[in-house]
Amino acid sequence: MLETAFTGSKRYYRLLAVLLFFMAVGAVVYLRQLSFGLGITGMGRDVSWGFYIAQFTYLVGVAASGVMVVLPYYLHDYKAFGRITVLGEFLAVAAVTMCLLFIIVDLGRPDRLLNVIFYPTPNSILFWDMIVLNGYLLLNIVIGWTVLEAERNQVKYPKWVKPLILISIPWAPSIHTVTAFLYAGLPGRGYWLTAIMAPRFLSSAFAAGPALLILLALIVRKFTKFDPGREQIQTLAKIVTYAIIINVFFFFCEIFTVFYSQIPDHMLHFQYLFQGLQGKGQLVPWMWFAIVGMTVAAILMVFPKIRQNENTLALVCGLIIVTTYIDKGLGLISGGFIPNPTEKVVEYWPTLPEALITLGVWATGFFILTILYKVAVSVKEEVKA
Amino acid sequence: MGINRRDFVKLAGLSALFGLGGKAGWELLAPGQVEAQIKAQGKPLTAKRWAMVVDMRKLDDATAARCIEACHKIHNVPDYTKPVNPKDALTPEQIVRWEVKWIWTDHFHNAFPGFDQPYMQERLEHLNFLCLCNHCENPPCVRVCPTKATFRRDDGIVMMDMHRCIGCRFCMAGCPFGARSFNWRDPRPFIKEEYPDYPTREPGMVEKCDFCVKLLAKGQLPACVTESKGALIFGDLADAKSGPREALKAHYTIRRKPHLGTNPQVYYIV
Repeated sequence: MLETAFTGSKRYYRLLAVLLFFMAVGAVVYLRQLSFGLGITGMGRDVSWGFYIAQFTYLVGVAASGVMVVLPYYLHDYKAFGRITVLGEFLAVAAVTMCLLFIIVDLGRPDRLLNVIFYPTPNSILFWDMIVLNGYLLLNIVIGWTVLEAERNQVKYPKWVKPLILISIPWAPSIHTVTAFLYAGLPGRGYWLTAIMAPRFLSSAFAAGPALLILLALIVRKFTKFDPGREQIQTLAKIVTYAIIINVFFFFCEIFTVFYSQIPDHMLHFQYLFQGLQGKGQLVPWMWFAIVGMTVAAILMVFPKIRQNENTLALVCGLIIVTTYIDKGLGLISGGFIPNPTEKVVEYWPTLPEALITLGVWATGFFILTILYKVAVSVKEEVKA
Repeated sequence: MGINRRDFVKLAGLSALFGLGGKAGWELLAPGQVEAQIKAQGKPLTAKRWAMVVDMRKLDDATAARCIEACHKIHNVPDYTKPVNPKDALTPEQIVRWEVKWIWTDHFHNAFPGFDQPYMQERLEHLNFLCLCNHCENPPCVRVCPTKATFRRDDGIVMMDMHRCIGCRFCMAGCPFGARSFNWRDPRPFIKEEYPDYPTREPGMVEKCDFCVKLLAKGQLPACVTESKGALIFGDLADAKSGPREALKAHYTIRRKPHLGTNPQVYYIV
């Protein structure tokens, strides 16, 4: 099937070329990071995780959300999603690959990466994250590819795939739960020390992931002969609606506990993010935009007219992707580290090299996504013809 | 071409040694070095549970500064405010971000957040508390480390294997005391005088106070304790007659963030 990735329109090759260019730029800057150290980023002793780990966290969510098309099709026999399960699975493959790359570029000594396997440490959540992420990657490659191949040959997929599919369903929320546990079990970080972190991660993921899938489906329809289908997009829109409403609800649950209890260890981080602390608050406008935007998007999605019009739907989906990204990508990590354990405020902002490496990883993910989607769409077009 | 297998292996071995180790490869084989390192030393100091009491009544700023200097000197901790070569000077912002510290001073409200109050003893407002790794009984940094590069010894010392650390910095997120430092860059241009008995570091790994395990093994007290003129009391918490136990029995002491359950083993007489 891979051969279909090598025959495409000029536009397809142009897209690949652009992505390759950003990958190359990212790789060159990464070499500089390897020789100088992580000091070329904006991170420091107070904010010791930054943009890389934030992207990683966001993308684990995108990967996990693949289950939102897999589950209705395989567990509820919702036939309409049969057309697009492979899009969800391939999106998960690209997203998990980016997650793993972001972990690697964040390591001070990537050459010692395999120490995690040589000295397995089950009490470390990072150890489990390695297992669930790699497992999820493998599951989605195998399932997506085999089912697509069966579709191409116009036969039912082989029997051994079904148990893998069933395993992949609980596996999806597990990757985001484990990722939340990376943060939610640290005693000195009040912003992260909350039992609702994993549920919040899942709700924002199940909003942002399917929202991204809707945009991708619209793009696929526009530029190829394969139509993922109006019903499919509308069902995804309903999933996004529920998830974003739950996400906003969870956020206010968090706010209530933190501000009604008035415990400073927990409150200070929210004050930094939404009001500024000790005269510093560069994230304040971002955070307000994120939470107001997210709430507005949740309300808009409730109106059937807005949801059913694919133009307004695309706009609101875009808003959801951006606002959940700010919440998880900028606020989550910085907010957890600021103020620091001695209650001092040292702010963080990514540097240009850091942004270029980040862009390089995203380009790598989209390169993989483009190729996988090209294969999937070619097969769909071929079967239809 | 007459080269037999034996000669080939020799040649390959030597070139590998040269290629991988360079000059250091030869020095490794130089006679005398290794022998010199295992020469007889003092009887090691041992304990069931090492602990430290900081007596703030005896610790003035000059003494604290000497403790910090002594520690950072023998552990080759870089001073980013003082480049060896002036052209390496850093911006104030880089100095804050990249700082490596094993032991430092902090104000009361920074060292003990939540303990401070609007009106308190005037002396406390100006006191600089000496802070270091608490060598917690229940250390979160050890719990989160994915490679066991951070571990707790049976005598309670929490220490690092810097050769195993992958630089994920999970321990820095886990430590509630800010006691861990990462090498964001090459520290060597900021080490004025390299101390031969401790390795310098490369970029990419975490480091912290280790209660001077190398000195303890030689029968000496930690460097900060030696410099402290009695303000730092170091000893075995399991021994009822040890310095820390006597101090804890006689005085009211506080610890940093005890409510987090990490059970810190550095106590403060205020």
